[in-house]
Amino acid sequence: MTTGDAAVAPPVAEEPGPRSWRRAFDDLRGGWRQRPLWGYLGWQDIKQRYRRSVLGPLWISITMGVIATAMGILYGALFHEPIQTFLPYVATGLLIWNFVSGCILEGSEVFIANEGLIRFLPAPLTLHVYRLVWRQTLFFLHNLIIWALLMIIFQQPVHWSSLLAVPAFAVLALNGAWIAVLAGIVATRFRDIPPIIGSLTQLLFFMTPIVWSYERLSSNPLAAYVELNPVMHFVEILREPLLGQDIVARHWIVAGVITVVGCGAALLCLRNYRARVAYWV
Amino acid sequence: MVSIDIESAAVDFPIFDAKTRSLKKAVLGRAGGRIGTNSKVPIIEALHDISVSLRQGDRVALVGHNGAGKSTLLRLMAGIYEPTRGKARVLGKVAPVFDLAVGMDPEISGLDNILIRGLFLGMTRKQMEARVDDIAAFTELGDYLSMPLRTYSTGMRVRLALGVVTSIDPEILLLDEGIGAVDAEFLAKARIRLNELVERSGILVFASHSDEFLADLCDTAIWMDQGQIREHGPLREVLHHYKGRDVLAELESR
Repeated sequence: MTTGDAAVAPPVAEEPGPRSWRRAFDDLRGGWRQRPLWGYLGWQDIKQRYRRSVLGPLWISITMGVIATAMGILYGALFHEPIQTFLPYVATGLLIWNFVSGCILEGSEVFIANEGLIRFLPAPLTLHVYRLVWRQTLFFLHNLIIWALLMIIFQQPVHWSSLLAVPAFAVLALNGAWIAVLAGIVATRFRDIPPIIGSLTQLLFFMTPIVWSYERLSSNPLAAYVELNPVMHFVEILREPLLGQDIVARHWIVAGVITVVGCGAALLCLRNYRARVAYWV
Repeated sequence: MVSIDIESAAVDFPIFDAKTRSLKKAVLGRAGGRIGTNSKVPIIEALHDISVSLRQGDRVALVGHNGAGKSTLLRLMAGIYEPTRGKARVLGKVAPVFDLAVGMDPEISGLDNILIRGLFLGMTRKQMEARVDDIAAFTELGDYLSMPLRTYSTGMRVRLALGVVTSIDPEILLLDEGIGAVDAEFLAKARIRLNELVERSGILVFASHSDEFLADLCDTAIWMDQGQIREHGPLREVLHHYKGRDVLAELESR
């Protein structure tokens, strides 16, 4: 028996250590392979929140619709914007923002919140990240109903370029995943990170052109600073196609660079600290 | 090919208290250099110098006092903890049965919980759907299965968890005692199923304080003491040394 085993498996000493690229990629692959599990759990998370309510997940869309309408009217009046373009603008910005902030806020707690599962059931760490991004995607799709309604009500033009929304959303989802991995691991080790991220995210909301429009500011010398906000570029790459606006290449370039750098940082963090998370939670 | 190979592995837990766990302390501590206060995180050595090789067909009992490292060793074998030093390799589909309550959602129905638990244990959706009737019959929960789990009594939850766990086909089965609040009649039934499950699995590692259970399911034993393997050998000898008397002979003479 022992000789047969030796022929099949190399000695344990040659096994890649906890800090190896192979283990990190195995984790990513293993998590992805468990699609049925996180797909199901993601749905459950949503259904859970609206259990025993009559309208169920439709409340997501209704809440979104109410907030977007109220904010659109209020800020439209404040900035003297025409309501038929400004309301869809605010609603679209808000639904993209909800996805981004959801990934950042819940991402920083993704491993802390799943402490029980991590400590008792062996599963790839990234499983929890996939579940999170999937849940946020489902929220986004529910909110998209409001966008569709507003586009119909205000008869906004939709071009072929609107199809760019699909790859744009894919870029956002990928960024949501790396933020969750990176922030999740760091926050598990340092528990001050979630509140820091919480307040920064709140600040980011006002820095991002969602309830105000960037063009209004462009005459102001401060406009250049808005460009420093990375979230703005992500909002723009998805909002432009959704509203049938012209596509600005600059936003895609910035978003692309951030995606590459972020994924690299998250992978490095996953490689070095993946095995430590079970000890830290 | 099912195997567990652990080579001089250690598991060290860093203990962060509220202060050391914060970023502030890490940043300030580094900027100021070493200021007298112990900036190092205290560490608990839960396991050290663990070397063990298990192969297809091994039935191992894990004995030792509370806090000897039995559960940690099981989690090391499950791949939940990767050794801080040394190496561990586990080949095969692992089914850990540690805490029956974990991964159970009180708000969803028993049937949904069966499915989720099965998926977590590495089964596919199809495989679980094929087993649902079998689990339902075993647990005797009937119509309750479509009720949310929060309406279940503790015993009913244990039944459900045991039903799922004993219906799967694991290659490596890791059992930590946790089978408590079930009535005697059901326990007898569970035992038969547990025996069948053990026969289906390639490797069994079972941590328990019940000599009877251990004698039933295992033939070898590992005696854990203060995070180390004190002895690894035939069940009878190890139990004899651990308890200071020939427990198996007593059981047989009964």
